[in-house]
This record gives sequence, C-alpha cells and structure tokens, in this order.
Amino acid sequence: MKVINDQAVQQVEEKALAMKRHIVTMLCEAGSGHTGGSLSASDIVACLYFWEMNIDPEHPNWEDRDRFVLSKGHAAPVLYAALAERGYFSVDKLMSLRKLGSPLQGHPDKRKLPGVEASTGSLGQGISWAVGMALAGKMDKKDYRVYAMVGDGELEEGMVWEASMAAAHYKLDNLLVFVDHNGLQIDGRITEVMSPEPITDKFRAFGWEVMTVDGHDSRAIMKVLNSARDVKGKPVAIVAETIKGKGCSFMENRVEWHGTAPNREEKEKALAELV
Amino acid sequence: MEKQATREAYGKALLELGREYQDIVVLDADLSKSTKTAEFAGIFPDRFINAGIAEQNLMGMSAGLAAAGKVVFASTFAVFAAGRAFEQIRNSIAYAELNVKVCATHAGITVGEDGGSHQSVEDVALMRSIPGMCVVVPADGASTRQVLRKLYKRSGPAYLRLGRLAVPNIYDDDLQLEIGRGIELKEGKDATIIGCGIMVEKALQASLILAGEGIMVSVVDMHTIKPLDQELVIRKAKETGAILTVEEHSIIGGLGSAVCEVVSEYCPVPVLRLGIEDQFGQSGSPDELLQHYGLSVDKIAQKVRNLLKIL
Ligand SMILES: Cc1ncc(C[n+]2csc(CCOP(=O)(O)OP(=O)(O)O)c2C)c(N)n1
Ligand SMILES: [Mg+2]
Repeated sequence: MKVINDQAVQQVEEKALAMKRHIVTMLCEAGSGHTGGSLSASDIVACLYFWEMNIDPEHPNWEDRDRFVLSKGHAAPVLYAALAERGYFSVDKLMSLRKLGSPLQGHPDKRKLPGVEASTGSLGQGISWAVGMALAGKMDKKDYRVYAMVGDGELEEGMVWEASMAAAHYKLDNLLVFVDHNGLQIDGRITEVMSPEPITDKFRAFGWEVMTVDGHDSRAIMKVLNSARDVKGKPVAIVAETIKGKGCSFMENRVEWHGTAPNREEKEKALAELV
Repeated sequence: MEKQATREAYGKALLELGREYQDIVVLDADLSKSTKTAEFAGIFPDRFINAGIAEQNLMGMSAGLAAAGKVVFASTFAVFAAGRAFEQIRNSIAYAELNVKVCATHAGITVGEDGGSHQSVEDVALMRSIPGMCVVVPADGASTRQVLRKLYKRSGPAYLRLGRLAVPNIYDDDLQLEIGRGIELKEGKDATIIGCGIMVEKALQASLILAGEGIMVSVVDMHTIKPLDQELVIRKAKETGAILTVEEHSIIGGLGSAVCEVVSEYCPVPVLRLGIEDQFGQSGSPDELLQHYGLSVDKIAQKVRNLLKIL
C-alpha cells in the first residue's frame, strides 16, 4: 500500500497539467492528430508515470520494470508527453511529432522510441500484447506489473474480449487495464454507433475484478490503484469515467475533436484554460 | 488540373448508385467520415450499417447480407480491411463467391502523418492471392465512379483500393472503362510504363520528361490488377521490349509482380518494378513520403533510363 499524501497528489496533478499543455502544443505543431482522446487519458497516464509505475528512464529496457501499453495508440501524444516529462527524452523532441524521420510516430512505434513498450494503433491489439507481457512475467517469476489502456470504442473489437478471456483464464493478477470511458468514438457516441455497454458487467462476466473511478480525480485514481494491487488470482479492469477533450472547454465532449489538431488560435485558447 | 481523392469520388458514386438501385447496402466500421460513406448513411439510413470498430464482424455481416441478396459495399481503411479482416474476406466472402465489394480507403503511404501502422503497402498482394477476387486500383475520381458502377453490375467479390490524398483528374466523365481491360494512355516504342492508382498520373508526367530526351514510352493505366489484362501486357512487351511497373504498394505481390508473372511466362523481356521496397511506411506528409520512398516523377524517368541501359 503506497502512501497517498497531498504532496504526491499535487505532483501528479502538476505533471498532468504539463502533459495536457504539451499535447495541445505538439498537436498544433504537427497539424494533425488525436486531441480529444489524448486529453481524456492524461490524468490516468500521469498517475501511472508519476506515482504508480516502477520504471527507470535511464534504463528503459530494465527487465524488472513495470510496463504500460497504450492500446488506444492514436492517443500517442499523451504517452509521448509522459515519457518526455519523466525524462526519457527531452521535451523539445515533442515538437517533431508526426514529422518525417521523427521517433514520435503518429502511432507509437516501439522500434523508434525508448520507453514505448508496444507498437499500437490498430485498435484491439495492444491489450493482447499486454496479456502476453503479463504471461511472460508469470513465466519468469518476476513481480513487475503490466498496465494497459483501452478506449471505450476500442471495446467493440472482438480481440479485446479474446484477450480478456485469456487474462482471466491465466489468472493474470499482474495485469491492470484502464478503460478510458469518455463515451465517444469517431462516428458518434459509443451507445449510438455500437454500444459496448454495460462495460463493467462484461468484464466481470469475463472473470475480472472490476473497479470504477473518476478518471480526472488524481487522488481517486491513486486510491483505486492501491486497492488494485491487492487483488489476487485475476486481472483488474478499471473503468474510468472521463471527458474527451478534458481541460479545453471548447473540445470537451465534442466528437469533432477526436481526430483534429488545434490551429494556432485554438492552441492559445486551450493553453489559456490549461493553467 | 482539378484534384479529387478517389475516396471522395467513391462517396459520391455511392449516392448515385444508391438512388438507382435499392439492393445496395453500405457498411462501415466507425470511419464513415474518412471513408466518405457518411453521406450515404445520412441519405439512406436504412441501408447503412455501422459495425463499430469491428472489421472482422463487418466482413462477416457483409457476407450474410450478400447471401440474402444484397449488393454490399463494405468500407474501412485498407490496413483493417485487407489486413485485419483478411480471413473473413477469404472464407466468408470469396470462398462463397458473394457479392461483396470491399472498398478500402487510406491505402498506401499517402495516408501520411498517421504513420506506418496505418499505411497498407501489402493489401493488393493479399487480396490478389485470394481465388476469384477482383482487385481494382483506380487512378482518379472519374475512373473510380466508373469502376464502382461496373463492380455493381459484375457479380462476385471485389477489392477496390482507394486513397486519402486528393490527386489530379486524368479522365473526364465520358471515360469508357472495362474491368479487366487496361487503358493505353500513350503510345511510344521504347518502353512501356504500366501503372495503377495515383502513380498513373506521375507516369504520364515522366513520359513528357523522357520525350524531351527523345525516349518515347507507352503509358498504360492498369486499373484492374486482377483479372489482369494479360493480352495487353504481352502486346506491350512485344511492341516495346521493356516494361516498368509503378505502384504505391510494396514491390512484392502487387502490380509489378502480376506483370512479371505474365511477362516471364509468355514473352520474357526486362521488367523493372518501382514501388515501395520491402519496408514499412512512417509518419510524414504525403508528398514528403512519396519523395522519400521514391514514388516520384523523377524516379520514374530515372528507372526508365536504367531500364533502357539493360537492353
Ligand atoms: C482496428 C482499427 N480500426 C479502426 C481504427 C481507426 N480509429 C482510430 S481511433 C478510433 C476510435 C476510437 O475510439 P475510442 O476507443 O473510444 O478512443 P478515444 O475515444 O479514447 O479516443 C478509430 C475507429 C483503428 N485505429 N484501428
Ligand atoms: Mg472513446
């Protein structure tokens, strides 16, 4: 049980804010990319990289490290922002996002950037990758933990449920999956396009321990992570209630901001709010 | 020259066909704004099905709809259609010879900034290998519209490869296109450039540069990769004695391979293939990537010069 005090919470919140500012800035510079889903994931990813995970930026391939797989790979900017803030590479590099030759590919490319644990972007595949890593951890009798994040639209991929079945079957209590439950995909609300609801019941029926949390309340996320570590014999799914475009009022809950980058004016407006 | 992405033309053509024929059903997988099926969805909501982010189910449902008499146009990005749902296309659609037209957009590296995970450079190879599958890669908007009409009339499975990037129109609306018949755009005796998709227009430009140097090339738009217009390939091989293939696809398994298969068996002449070497794409603007991977007018001209040197 890790101690949750005001100082720890404040540090995570500061990092989350810095990450959101990076996300908006780098996407504006890139001129394309996925803003809404990067922002909805920021507070959770900040908790993982600045509180929860046992990692060492100096040794990105350290065998015993915890691993994070961003299965909703289109939210790459949130991962890059976390890695830069955590010291895997310099913050200036964020401005090369999506440019020819950059290690910061439109979707995470493990070959190109230390700290990226899985090459994702094709939805549904990252969670299987995380299951594989968790299986390897068990085989090697390591106590590292594997974290993953899937989108709520991503849950429509059958592969997510194949992976879920396997994770419970192999009793992977070293695996924790966040669902970024922002309610939106590309063509509209998830409940209107192809509803994956009820999400918590589905994971429970698949044999998972299921928890819910406000995905923008750092202290609550830290608490739920604490209790997740105590679960034995099964994987944990944390369904996090989030807001797509979180932190920028004109983006919040707007489906148009799924795959749109802010222009200069919108960036300034966003940065003025992200303080 | 006016520009239009083939996916745009596809979206428009679907509307025309949808008005004319009641048995057309369109499916998508949460990408209707990008694949341009959204307008059809708005006008014919009863004949549009969004599968959500579930490409395998998209193809499986398409098979069922076709088996029940519908003519199905199923769309998503090329990586997720030909790649993710390959086996559903093979076993549920093609094996049963069903009337499903897989219309895949965002093919090739001109997807741009999304990067290698989203740039299918192998979809033609995959689709071409399926028995009975018709594979079409139109060069511009006008030919896309024609192709769609012909595919509607032609029973059986088909794969239509469409692009994200706006490209110059090379045809006008009175184009008469036949599936399986290449279009001879230019006559020249020294070599033949056989292209498909967005590379056809670049081949035409290259032919002008070469003409300035006294090299006269034939240019063929081989929009149908399968069934391939073998007769035309053989005739051009005989007439010009050398062939360059150009495509926005891996040099393994696509148009270049298809042409080589015919040429080597029936009338061996030197063939060079210009395409993406055996590698994945990456992020960048479409134009930068075309340059980077050598899919440029200059590179085509250079390859023709190299080809003539081997003769
Ligand atoms: C297999 C696959 N199909 C389609 C896509 C295109 N795509 C990218 S993001 C997205 C919507 C994702 O929605 P969700 O999982 O809810 O993500 P979020 O709302 O967190 O951005 C789609 C369909 C993809 N990347 N992979
Ligand atoms: Mg979502």
